Amino acid sequence: MSETTGSLVVLSGIAKQFGAVRALAGVDLTIHPGEVLAVVGHNGAGKSTLMQVLIGTIAPDAGRIAVGGRDESGGYDVRRAHALGIRCVFQELSLCPNLRVFENVRILHHRLMGLGWPRRARRLVREALDEIFPDHGIDADAAVGDLPIGQRQMVEIARAFTVTDQPVRLVILDEPTSSLGARAAEQLMQFTRRAAARGISCIFISHRLKEVLEHTDRVVVMRDGQAVSHDRAADLTEAQLVERMGVMALAAPAVAASARAGAADRAVRVDIRPIAGGEIRLLAHAGEVVGLAGLDGHGQRGTLLLAFASAGSHAAEAKVLGSVAYVSGDRPREGVFPLWSIGRNLTIGLLRRLAHGGFLSPAEERAVAEDWRQRFKIRTPDVGNPILSLSGGNQQKVLIARAFAGGADILLLDDPMRGVDIGTKQELFEQIRREADAGTCFLLYTTETQELQNCDRVYVFYRGAITEEIARAELTEDRVLRASFGQTGEAERADAA
Amino acid sequence: MQREVARATPPGGGAVRRRLSGRVLLPALALLVMVAVIFYLQPRAMSYTGMRLVLRYSLPLMFAAMAQLCIIAASDIDLGLGAYIGLVNSLSALLLAERPVLGVVSLVACVLAYAAMGAFIEARRLPSIVVTLGASFVWLGLALLVLPTPGGSSPAWLTTLVGLRPPYVPLPIVAGVLLAVVGHWLFMRSSYGVVLRGIGSTPQAVQRAGWSLLTARSVLYGLAGVFGLLAGLVLTGVNTTGDANFGAPYTLLSIAAVIVGGGEFFGGVVAPVGAVIGAFIMLLTGSLLSFMNVSTDWQLSVQGAILILVLGTRALQRRRA
Repeated sequence: MSETTGSLVVLSGIAKQFGAVRALAGVDLTIHPGEVLAVVGHNGAGKSTLMQVLIGTIAPDAGRIAVGGRDESGGYDVRRAHALGIRCVFQELSLCPNLRVFENVRILHHRLMGLGWPRRARRLVREALDEIFPDHGIDADAAVGDLPIGQRQMVEIARAFTVTDQPVRLVILDEPTSSLGARAAEQLMQFTRRAAARGISCIFISHRLKEVLEHTDRVVVMRDGQAVSHDRAADLTEAQLVERMGVMALAAPAVAASARAGAADRAVRVDIRPIAGGEIRLLAHAGEVVGLAGLDGHGQRGTLLLAFASAGSHAAEAKVLGSVAYVSGDRPREGVFPLWSIGRNLTIGLLRRLAHGGFLSPAEERAVAEDWRQRFKIRTPDVGNPILSLSGGNQQKVLIARAFAGGADILLLDDPMRGVDIGTKQELFEQIRREADAGTCFLLYTTETQELQNCDRVYVFYRGAITEEIARAELTEDRVLRASFGQTGEAERADAA
Repeated sequence: MQREVARATPPGGGAVRRRLSGRVLLPALALLVMVAVIFYLQPRAMSYTGMRLVLRYSLPLMFAAMAQLCIIAASDIDLGLGAYIGLVNSLSALLLAERPVLGVVSLVACVLAYAAMGAFIEARRLPSIVVTLGASFVWLGLALLVLPTPGGSSPAWLTTLVGLRPPYVPLPIVAGVLLAVVGHWLFMRSSYGVVLRGIGSTPQAVQRAGWSLLTARSVLYGLAGVFGLLAGLVLTGVNTTGDANFGAPYTLLSIAAVIVGGGEFFGGVVAPVGAVIGAFIMLLTGSLLSFMNVSTDWQLSVQGAILILVLGTRALQRRRA
């Protein structure tokens, strides 16, 4: 059927069932040497499961795996995949934070041992980092837990490309750019091209469609556990891709202009000075969605945390008038209670309201959870199911619903859409807009420029201070990008003059 | 530019020493201050014999601390260590002198039981706190079974070994330095030590890289069994007799030593050198109190207070960082 010779990996008829959920329904996928392939689709379309099969952490119920022309179906596991040169950079970071950078390299390479292994490990990771992210500034001796998330992601990516006794032939990058700044993401994309020229294949799993179309050779769309189309990236447009994924194109967000007009007359909710000072203060009114933009790690998160800590404060440095709720995009670490049900995860913020004389009524708890499940279209048959049975996007819906249910005046969203598929994202932004129209004030930090379109105003951060304030009507990707590198509109005008 | 910066740091040694000192520096300073105060209060302790006396019981404690460190490295905790040391103490006092072969066999069985406990915890995904607490009753029960009343004797070689008088530096200090070096090499320098610490923070990541968690946890518990065995043996040597209850204090003291020495309860953060220093600190609180003419009844409370103080300051530091 497909050309087996000359292909690196051939998956045929891969199927996998988790309980009642059919995650993969007979997927065929061929990967050629030196190819940059994109796999796109909704959360829950089966991308992650397919990749887990490919790297050997999940054994498929049916189907065959051939690598380098040899059938590997029997006894295919993590070790075998490793020996064959298949690596993966996971969406949820898979480094050990207590270990140093070079020690994490050792974890990946079983043969990196004996005298002088630390020296070799340091050299390996430094070389890989230098090649992929030339100005990374990462010390190979730093503990991974001390690095900001963007640098951790760089280390993880670099580690996947290090070679000791086994070759690298295929690297799967699961949402690699979601925690990287724009510049590092660009460097990574350019590197995959160079790697491809050397015969190393890459699989990109990404929700950033523009990135996918620009930087890959071929795009595979997955829907409902099947690979529904394979196309050359050059032949596709973003709209076509979105259509194939089975969601509506992300049109310009429906901002009701009437409601936006009088924001300035409304009550000021937040008025803070960013951590590194600067002239521009962050101002947000009731009913406004205010975006915090810029490269990752330039003080946006610190500003959000400052706002959170200053709830109810009237101090000049940080005035935050109203109750505050915080939603993090780092779900496993700061969001979900992994052992609890969906319902419990949702109602945890409301205990005071649900409690009667110190006791909770399970029926009432359930009714509230059920109400929010319907409002947010959380895809589960039963709110009593464990939270981890949901896909990442749906988990995030639960977390945002939790914050909404709490009825705070100000919602701080810390990169809340990390790893969330485009359809879910759109639903969530609609919810946010509706809530804002009802008077809630939102501060949204995002690393994805496209999401800023959903904001009324955007503040761009650079080195802990705000370099520019951009109104929604004047928002362009270009302008955000320039401000992210410290180039403000004024400076430019001065240059021109 | 950045590359030059990276090269400017000495490859390996310097950086390792720098990071090591960060975690171990504070306990080391604390120990120095304690020793200085003891010498000031009781100048006679500042002699070979004086130090031998003061540090007599540091031998079992430092091994116990290293055993506990093996468990804490996996983000687990061992509440049965004291009882296990009591069991080894009883077995060795009863059997080693009279029936050495049976004695050795029973002690090897103890170590294997510890490794098996690690495998069991991993395979069934059980909380270590429950399993080790349950095991502590098993160890104590066995110890009472073999040695219902205190008794037995230490084999001659063991008494001699514990009574060694190396030139210039008393045995506990020599042993402490050696143990610290061995522990540091094992956990911080050896290539498998990285894997052992890795399972304490992100076991899934270690597993995805193709390592067996079952093996790793068994190795850690097995190592704990070995160090616990050494603790029990030197306890027999120091006391020259066996008692099922002798080991009891070592559970909490070993945990305190690891934590005071820079280790953390969770996340696979351990410092073997610090654990040995922590063992000396916990031990010297007793001497310090008696030299200050405070009743030794206060010793346990003071040791507990030190532990809370250390954890409290560390939490404070973290918040500031």
